[in-house]
Amino acid sequence: MTDTTGFYDLVVNGERRQVRDSWVGESLLYVLRERLGLMGSKGACEQGECGSCTVLLDDEAVCSCLVLGASAVGSDVVTIEGLAPHGAPTDVQLAFVEHGAVQCGFCTPGLVVAVHHLLERNPDPSAIETREALSGNICRCTGYGRIFAAVETVVALRKGAGK
Amino acid sequence: MKNSSTTTRSQSREVLGTSALRPDGVAKTQGDFAFSSDFQAENMLWGATLRSPHPHARIVSIDPTDAWRIPGVETIIFADDVPGQATYGLIASDQPVFAQNVVRYMGEPIAAVAADHPETCRRALAAIKIVYEELPVLFDMDLAIDPSTPPIHPDGNVFRHQRIISGDPDIVGDVIVEGTYDIGMQDQAFLGLEAALAYPDPGGAGVELVVATQWLHEDRKQIADCLGMAPEKVRLVLGGVGGAFGAREDISLQVHTCLLALRTGRPVKVQYSREESFFGHVHRHPGRIHLRHHADRNGKLLKVEGWMKLDGGAYASTSSAVLLNGITHLQGPYACDNSRLEAWATRTNNPPCGAMRGFGVVQACFAHEGQMDKLAVALGLSPVEVRLRNAMKTGDKLFTGQVVDSVAPVARCIRETDAIPLPAEPAYGTGSLELPGGSGRTSDPSHIRRGIGWGVSIKNLMYSEGFDDSAEARCTLADGVATLKFATAEVGQGFVVLAQQIARTILGVDTVVLDAIDTQIGSAGSTSASRQTWMSGGAVDGACRLVRERLFEQVAHVHNLNPLQLAVEGTDIVDTLGPLRVPVSEASKGLRIEETFLHRHRPTEELDENGQGNCHVAFAFVAHRAVVDVDTELGLVKVVQIATAQDVGQVLNPLTLLGQIEGGIAQGLGLAVMEEIVVDRGVVKNPSFTDYLLPTALDAPDVVAIPIEEYEPLAPLGAKGVGEPPCISVTPAIVAAIRNATGRDITRTPVRPQDICLPT
Repeated sequence: MTDTTGFYDLVVNGERRQVRDSWVGESLLYVLRERLGLMGSKGACEQGECGSCTVLLDDEAVCSCLVLGASAVGSDVVTIEGLAPHGAPTDVQLAFVEHGAVQCGFCTPGLVVAVHHLLERNPDPSAIETREALSGNICRCTGYGRIFAAVETVVALRKGAGK
Repeated sequence: MKNSSTTTRSQSREVLGTSALRPDGVAKTQGDFAFSSDFQAENMLWGATLRSPHPHARIVSIDPTDAWRIPGVETIIFADDVPGQATYGLIASDQPVFAQNVVRYMGEPIAAVAADHPETCRRALAAIKIVYEELPVLFDMDLAIDPSTPPIHPDGNVFRHQRIISGDPDIVGDVIVEGTYDIGMQDQAFLGLEAALAYPDPGGAGVELVVATQWLHEDRKQIADCLGMAPEKVRLVLGGVGGAFGAREDISLQVHTCLLALRTGRPVKVQYSREESFFGHVHRHPGRIHLRHHADRNGKLLKVEGWMKLDGGAYASTSSAVLLNGITHLQGPYACDNSRLEAWATRTNNPPCGAMRGFGVVQACFAHEGQMDKLAVALGLSPVEVRLRNAMKTGDKLFTGQVVDSVAPVARCIRETDAIPLPAEPAYGTGSLELPGGSGRTSDPSHIRRGIGWGVSIKNLMYSEGFDDSAEARCTLADGVATLKFATAEVGQGFVVLAQQIARTILGVDTVVLDAIDTQIGSAGSTSASRQTWMSGGAVDGACRLVRERLFEQVAHVHNLNPLQLAVEGTDIVDTLGPLRVPVSEASKGLRIEETFLHRHRPTEELDENGQGNCHVAFAFVAHRAVVDVDTELGLVKVVQIATAQDVGQVLNPLTLLGQIEGGIAQGLGLAVMEEIVVDRGVVKNPSFTDYLLPTALDAPDVVAIPIEEYEPLAPLGAKGVGEPPCISVTPAIVAAIRNATGRDITRTPVRPQDICLPT
């Protein structure tokens, strides 16, 4: 794979990271996982249907399988690993665990990023707004009920904390 | 907020009966949990599989010359490179590792390549030249059953033919209803795609495989046979499993990955794309069922007669077991003495079908519940009343002659579901996102009609027909810490938290360490058939009890007591006849007690030629009531509410139980209104998440669930398996609700818009 290799820098989770010897056709998802070792973003459909690979690109939630790695040069990329330090979960991550929103967990990183993104923009979403915002993230295990419960809890906790 | 359980939780111990939290939860939310696709190795190669574009063809020639010329390609392997057995299979070994002269389904593997980059693999596959001679495609079940049709495989075109005849098969009822029902092919659609990483031993003497599977030891046996190795030379480690639902019971990439690693002497990783996943694993059997129900004037069932045909596709997988489940559950959860039933599982050039949550019972239930509704109409009874009049009880005999000795609260499931309040009447504004059709906003409130429908089911638990089923677990207690070892595949269901709860409860410890899940201990059997709580739960329970006995002996010896008078209370060992109270942590200081336990369920039998025999272990029951809103002009359906009461035995973890119920309902909803692999003469038309539709957050109904908690004396923990029942009768309930809303006699699932607004 030496015919069309790329050398570029990406800013991921606030750090400048070098991408070397990368084929330019590689998706941002592939570059994050296989070049930079950030395995938290998951690939499950390669067509932007399932949301498992959701990351923030300049504060927008995007499917990293649909973004070329090389096209993310100059943008701020935040992955699931960038939301909170290892072992110190965010309120959203904790609520997911405590409300049973995690089963197999494959969709979970993408959903957690999507929920953070939703609550940044809309701190008090209605039930239908939550459903609409998360409808790009497929979960096959939970049937979504516990995910909604986790989101409701975070909204209430943040309100209680005066945020 | 409904659920402020954090504080209460920190005050109580996470023993059986509590909503203990899963130990892998935080890691999964932070992206730290390693799924099988997340493993990497030094010097690793990527592998990929070449698959047939045709459903039935002769392979005239294969020319890999151009592929070998591509820089980065390390090896290409074909059928001749399989050193051991050329075929594999869960029940019959009839599926080639690589097709040799003929391909029998679209997507059948022909070759595999290992290279430095996934893209190199793709180019290499594209460069392999294969000349095919297309053959006539056998796609019809009736043609497969017809003995004059030429066999497409040396083993013939019928995987199994079974009949059941019981009581007086010639009895005629006062009321007779008849129907034919079609079920589409559903995909398990787990999110975590097939992935594995194989490490060859030096000199190729053995291999280690990190893989997402439901049954490590069965994989190992089949892999070892194909590699021509002793099973102990093949070591399997469970990579994190991103859902399973039956699709990981069969071999997919396991043998290919090991072969590539052994051939190159380097670690090899194979990871399917979503499209390849649709071709790489088995699906739920599509089928056609015809039933005729006889009842007396009071609505009492007199006889069920008819037939069932399930299409197993090109290879056997578990078709014969799925068919057994199907035919033995055509009775439904209803008492009835007389039957005449016949069933076939066919081989065709359609995609292979096998295990999926519900395993033959989903298909049977769709038909028998359609029939119960027809019976209700014919008798002028409500759907609830006709089911209550026939509800099975403990002690009733099945068509197979087997007596149901499980707890069987069928009537209670129906009554408690019926008592759940119905949702508010629809009040849609124009353009509302909540309208049927959702964000498309094409639905018009004036066209919406509401419907209510029912479904009730019976599901067998564990494997059937004489299968020698067992699960092994080991418990080690040292210095107040319990360590558990088992080969039970955690696929998301939460066995890892249940195992910890069991050890905390039995041993009075708080810290329970889970050892790696691999083949370094005896088999736990498959994570399927709603069996692990019963089987591996029983094994963990047994191992912990053996350890506790030995701990009691130690404590009794020190304090000069009879060990029989000791008990665990919270985290203490107490003398039930005296004042002694010593913390388990203290009593186990400096000790290391280790015990292994093998749990077996009671034996079962094969059915005889008339379908008689005690073929199942135990049963669970559930009722579902669905409320739907249908736009009758556009054929759009919104499932508003699912009410359910499920027979679960003892509740061991309310939170994971609710997760199984809500998740199963979503999958049953998918089969009811959207999920279908569309196959046209053997060609799969929609192998992607763009074209195969799955329920999203906007499709999720409100679920109101009541666990019917009646201790099951047959089960080691008093608990029934809860994984499959939620997805079984919800599908017929939703379809019945659509019939109720539209007045249409819909006989197929999934229900498509044209079935509602353009009926034939």
